[in-house]
Amino acid sequence: MLSNKVVAAKIHDYAVIGDCRTTALISRYGSVDWLCWPRFDSTAIFAAILDPEKGGHWLISPGSPFRAERRYLPDSNVLETHFLCGSGEATLIDLMPVAPEEYKRTEMIPDHELTRHLICTKGEIEIAVEFQPRVDYGRSAVRLHDHKKIGVRFESGRGVYWLRCNRPLQLQDDCVRASIVLKQGETLEFSLSYAEESPAVLPALGQQLSNAIERSVKWWRQWAARSNYKGPYKEMVTRSALALKLLTYSPSGAVAAAATTSLPERIGDSLNWDYRYCWLRDASLTIRTMLGLGYMDEAEAFLTWLLHATRLTQPELRVMYDVFGRIAPHERELDYLNGYFGSRPVRVGNGARHQLQLDIYGEVIDATAQYAQVHGAFDRTTQKVLIKLGKYVATHWDLPDEGIWEPRGGRENHTHSRILCWTALDRLLALCDKGELGGAPREEFLRERERIKQQIQVRAWNPELESYVSTLDGEHMDATLLRIPWYGFEKADSKRMKLTYSRVYQELGAKNGLLYRYKRQQAEGAFGICGFWAVEYLALGGGTLSEAHDLFERLLSYSNDLGLFSEEIDAESGDALGNFPQAFTHVGLISAALTLEEKERGESHPAEETGSDVKIVEARA
Amino acid sequence: MNWASWLLWGFLATIVLTTISAGTEGIGLTRMNFPYILGTLFTPNRDRAKFYGFWMHVAVGLVFSLIYVWIFQSLGAAGWWRGIIIGVCHATFVLVVVMSLLPGLHPRMASEQHGPEAQNMLEPPGFLALHYGIQTPLAILLSHVAFGAILGAFYHLA
Repeated sequence: MLSNKVVAAKIHDYAVIGDCRTTALISRYGSVDWLCWPRFDSTAIFAAILDPEKGGHWLISPGSPFRAERRYLPDSNVLETHFLCGSGEATLIDLMPVAPEEYKRTEMIPDHELTRHLICTKGEIEIAVEFQPRVDYGRSAVRLHDHKKIGVRFESGRGVYWLRCNRPLQLQDDCVRASIVLKQGETLEFSLSYAEESPAVLPALGQQLSNAIERSVKWWRQWAARSNYKGPYKEMVTRSALALKLLTYSPSGAVAAAATTSLPERIGDSLNWDYRYCWLRDASLTIRTMLGLGYMDEAEAFLTWLLHATRLTQPELRVMYDVFGRIAPHERELDYLNGYFGSRPVRVGNGARHQLQLDIYGEVIDATAQYAQVHGAFDRTTQKVLIKLGKYVATHWDLPDEGIWEPRGGRENHTHSRILCWTALDRLLALCDKGELGGAPREEFLRERERIKQQIQVRAWNPELESYVSTLDGEHMDATLLRIPWYGFEKADSKRMKLTYSRVYQELGAKNGLLYRYKRQQAEGAFGICGFWAVEYLALGGGTLSEAHDLFERLLSYSNDLGLFSEEIDAESGDALGNFPQAFTHVGLISAALTLEEKERGESHPAEETGSDVKIVEARA
Repeated sequence: MNWASWLLWGFLATIVLTTISAGTEGIGLTRMNFPYILGTLFTPNRDRAKFYGFWMHVAVGLVFSLIYVWIFQSLGAAGWWRGIIIGVCHATFVLVVVMSLLPGLHPRMASEQHGPEAQNMLEPPGFLALHYGIQTPLAILLSHVAFGAILGAFYHLA
């Protein structure tokens, strides 16, 4: 049985809701412990996930010990939590209402809203409410103003917040506390809204709130129904797609890496980073999943953001941008927060923003090539952008870089970065050959692609270990090596790749098919997406489809009860680690499911269609 | 009103404004391309939108230059510094008022309340058009100051 005292929930205890501009995390105890308005990277008014005492929260749960069961209403991002206690039962619905643009043109609705609707479904139940918002991630208390029947108002930053309820609320210092007894059929309704323009639209309660719930469920179901996926993992793929959609910022098309900051990769340690920005590294897989599932509008919006919102830094690309294509802010530490289970410091902004990561060029260009395969020719502006990126790769590919895992200890010659530089030039050459890239320096691209290929085949292969290795002339393993066939550099069933796969699992394998991303002196969690890479490797010919399905199903068991994944998984306890929910893990899951389905149907993988010479690259073990 | 002088210098000032705007975009001061924003009122095609938008921008520039010239005539004097003052006011108006109105006026521009529907739309400019780069206000100010200075310096009162 659970108690409604302020509980430090674990990462896997959380559900996510959102409106494609921001998200909120709600624990199984009924507490909103993370909410940033108006965008993913805005300051949080609830940050109890990073410090239950100081962070601020909004709790609605039974006042006596209870058991909680929860789910998303089918094919939606509307959360339903069912509380069961001795005297009765109640159901809580949490959501950020969404509506079609057409509806918004005719009705007044708040700019940003989070609604919570609780109904007693059996017997009698005492509900405890604690609404304690905080300024700037818990830095200080807010000043609440009681406007009686209209609601409670407070201001923070550039906006005004209104909390409305269908019952009278009592203020106690800097928070709202209440204990309300509900009988069967009685409801408790809350709506919290945020507006930066005045007068703010006050959210409605009663029937209009019920209508908002119904409208939102309908919208999400219609969106989910557009998915093309017909394979055996429909439920998990749909949940992943819905999670990915929540991390999309609709006004620009960008996709945030995760909803949170500073959820640790190792409990009690300092590997705590802010992931509320958009990493270009995720581009190729994100486009692959959007196209594979048939979400063309999302794919087009994301690609436009990738190529045009990043223009201020082109031809150089930064590792991450904010949702409007601005460089992510400076990293700073919030010393006043204790962090998730003592994992300090809590950071906002990201210090890796100026790192050199050459793999992102391949990711962006491969994403573009995949899109071109479906959509056809690009306009001249886009072609010029691609050529500029290609020229940058052709002249910089031989530099050491920080690489995909963005360590803060210096640059090395990463094999994965070289593979992605090869991919970048390979895809551009394919576009040239299709006549979709006028004016590209084809000979230069061809020459440099061959130089990269030779370097990888000679220096990234360690004959003593009989494996590809993490860095040129190196001796360490890295899970990214399993991606080599995905980009079409070498066949999955080549002798070299089979030896590399064995070596990777030998050195980096964790329990039950999980994989660490690389070997670290102090262990961190197994990296969520790496397991899904292994599934794709097996499905692409490195193993049998049966082996791939088996591994995939074992990995699915590590999601939380709602089907959500964070960045990492504690291999021993199965607990989620790192920021949550994590787009990278979910796109890995969807991509693996799509590859399995494609191979079951005997179809080719996208890399076999978008590469220029994939079919002539053979293993030379 | 000296119509010939207005037409000549209004056109040239608009060309200089457009050139500075393209230049500030080219050197990475801002991502904003106002002709492109104007052109997408009529077509989603990026290349064509820029072409249509250029001519629309010229037309809009001529209309605005008429207001500058009207003010010079009312004051009974022109001069580069008077032009700069009007240019600063003009830029401030564009940044503070026009940019905030654009998402409501432009059929292909998302507002910050847009979502969760995904369409390929122009991203909203935000306050002072800062979403297009933090130096965007500077770029707009520069181009409008040049616009005003040229009109003020070369327009001959009737």
